[in-house]
Amino acid sequence: MGSDDVVLLADEAIALGAVHAGLGAAYGYPGTPSTEILEYLIALYEKGRGPRAAWCANEKTAYEEALGASFAGKRALVTMKHVGLNVAADPFVNSALVAIKGGLVLAIADDPGMHSSQDEQDSRFYAQFAGVPCLEPTSQQEAYEMTREAFDLSERFQLPVMVRITTRLAHSRSGVKPREPRAENPLGKCADKAAWTLLPANGRRRYDRLCKIQGELEAWSAASAWNPVAAGAGAADFVVVTGGLGRNYYEENLGDLEARLGKGKLPARLHVGAYPLPEAKIRELAAGTKRILVIEEGSPFIERAIRGVLPSGVAVSGKLDGALPRIGELNPDNVRQAMGLPPRPAAPLAPPPLPGRPPQLCQGCPHADSYQAVAKALEGLPSTLVTADIGCYALGALPPFSVPEALVCMGASISMAVGAAEAGYENVVGFIGDSTFLHSGMTGLVDAVSREVAVTIVILDNSIVAMTGGQKTMLPSARIEEIVRGIGVEPAHVAVIDPSPSQAARNAELFRREIAHRGVSVVIARRECLEAIKAKKKSAARETAAKGACK
Amino acid sequence: MTCDIILAGVGGQGVLSIAAIIAGAALDEGLQVRQSEVHGMAQRGGAVSAHLRISDRHIACDLVPSGGADMILSMEPVESLRYLSFLKPGGVIVTAAEPFVNIPDYPDLAPLIKAIESQPRSRVVAAAELAKKAGSARAVNMVMVGAASSFIPVASASMEARIAKLFAAKEASLVEVNLKAFASGRAFAADGRAFAAEA
Ligand code: SF4
Repeated sequence: MGSDDVVLLADEAIALGAVHAGLGAAYGYPGTPSTEILEYLIALYEKGRGPRAAWCANEKTAYEEALGASFAGKRALVTMKHVGLNVAADPFVNSALVAIKGGLVLAIADDPGMHSSQDEQDSRFYAQFAGVPCLEPTSQQEAYEMTREAFDLSERFQLPVMVRITTRLAHSRSGVKPREPRAENPLGKCADKAAWTLLPANGRRRYDRLCKIQGELEAWSAASAWNPVAAGAGAADFVVVTGGLGRNYYEENLGDLEARLGKGKLPARLHVGAYPLPEAKIRELAAGTKRILVIEEGSPFIERAIRGVLPSGVAVSGKLDGALPRIGELNPDNVRQAMGLPPRPAAPLAPPPLPGRPPQLCQGCPHADSYQAVAKALEGLPSTLVTADIGCYALGALPPFSVPEALVCMGASISMAVGAAEAGYENVVGFIGDSTFLHSGMTGLVDAVSREVAVTIVILDNSIVAMTGGQKTMLPSARIEEIVRGIGVEPAHVAVIDPSPSQAARNAELFRREIAHRGVSVVIARRECLEAIKAKKKSAARETAAKGACK
Repeated sequence: MTCDIILAGVGGQGVLSIAAIIAGAALDEGLQVRQSEVHGMAQRGGAVSAHLRISDRHIACDLVPSGGADMILSMEPVESLRYLSFLKPGGVIVTAAEPFVNIPDYPDLAPLIKAIESQPRSRVVAAAELAKKAGSARAVNMVMVGAASSFIPVASASMEARIAKLFAAKEASLVEVNLKAFASGRAFAADGRAFAAEA
């Protein structure tokens, strides 16, 4: 480590890379494992040492705000987790058709293994679908460098560029060597209006341009230093392709592989760090080989593509033939096995049987009281159905609460409740958090009100985004009530309760009444998250300490 | 030189603050470090682990392989046994003695501690007691850093410097308490007792 190195999470290295690339604005929606990218930038902004950086109502608004900044000539970063791109898919896919002015970079964090997500979708498919380049770092330093390069590429090809990382790198710290920062772009919108107004006639021209530029992207990727080939000295009948963190786990075991194959006898290897796939390099690597092992973090994206690229005589091995697990993360052990190495000797210890310890709501969490009150209210009722949403309160689906029966994606609690009620269920309750409500729950409530569907929506208002580390909710609590009324829920059926143990009986009673109402009811359960209280106390203590020091 | 550590505990126990001290000290000595952390849902009262890798050479990946850990450093007994398959032959288990009970089926403590102590190289540290003696029940984490320190190839002075820096930023009076906690943990773990299997 040199003395000017900084120790950063890869998430933070992306943020710093963006700042040093001359960032003009950054937007995002919190979601593990991407959250720390924007947190780093917001902290800089709040200290007056960085450009505008802000959390947005959802990923779509975040992407569009970044797109607006790019149209205005500024370099813009937008951050989200993998499933967030489903929400922002519309602006993302269509932004490939405009003539990007200020570099537009989407930094997206996938969560293979689903540490904190409902699925493992691989964002590389989105980059391919939209026809835009994607860079995938394997170290904190690369996260920094690739983000910088992504902005340059975006302006060079006039396309948005994706930087994809995965959980283990996003949340791992290491030293990063920063380089000389570049200045911000001046303000100045794109002069070519037609390239930004996607009416069908313009859209057709722009789509044609997107298709034609693919060849240039492939040429860039073929020449990119992010796609290095290590010549092999061993038998040419076996070669390796790595992608993402697959590279690191392969290298972790490389010493043992060399010991096994003989010094200097390692197979040739291509690492893919830049997409579109360098197909010519793959063909070259595979010429004359019999088997090609693909080790990539995420879906078998490269593997599937390679099956199409290579002649049928070559066996392509990886996640599709079972050499590596199809789901979950790669790790040093499963990659080792795929490399044909025996397991490392472990300490011959026999652990006694251990109880599991799944995540759970904090002791005293207000959500627990809300779940208990609703469970009590539903007791003995026929035809009940409960949905919930994404956030800490999703943990209420586990024992001891086990109240929600369905939980799919951001905002779905309300709309699914509406569908289930219209399908015929009589006593339907949907749980949603305050920030999830603002993210994409409001529109479902509009549907419910417009058709007077008999549902009871519980908005769990704990005043922060608790799950991702306590970001502020977009709007203050009181405003949520106004929104609910403004959408048209009858004032008599909008209630605010205090989900505290002392109010348990009264709350259950109120839920019982509202569930019986044959129209839309909204109950706002308002009590602060314990983590929020802790954080407040901490910062208050810090302030007092600081004041004391100034005396 | 490489030293791979699995840090174990329950979400909210401050596993990351321990990793930060050790990693920071290693960096100050010019070593390479990779430290993987756990954020998000897993943090809410569930079992959490962090991987800390220290080396004087390039570190290829963020995760410690199975059979690769030189140490398991745990904030409580059950969690110290959850990651045994990561331990190298001859690796050390250092755990706080006090259980963190937030599940209904937490096993009986006495046989649990016995199981840990029957592992060839282990130290069960009365961390809560030592922290209180040092002046603050909340200094448990620094007791554990101290207890681990004698098995990590990083000078204890470097760790002490990091502790002083961390707590000076919070409140000056905490520095002394936490350095004391560190020292007592270190003395406890390195009091010359042989490991069970070597006795
Ligand atoms: S962090 Fe807050 S909202 Fe989440 S479980 Fe704990 S108290 Fe509840």
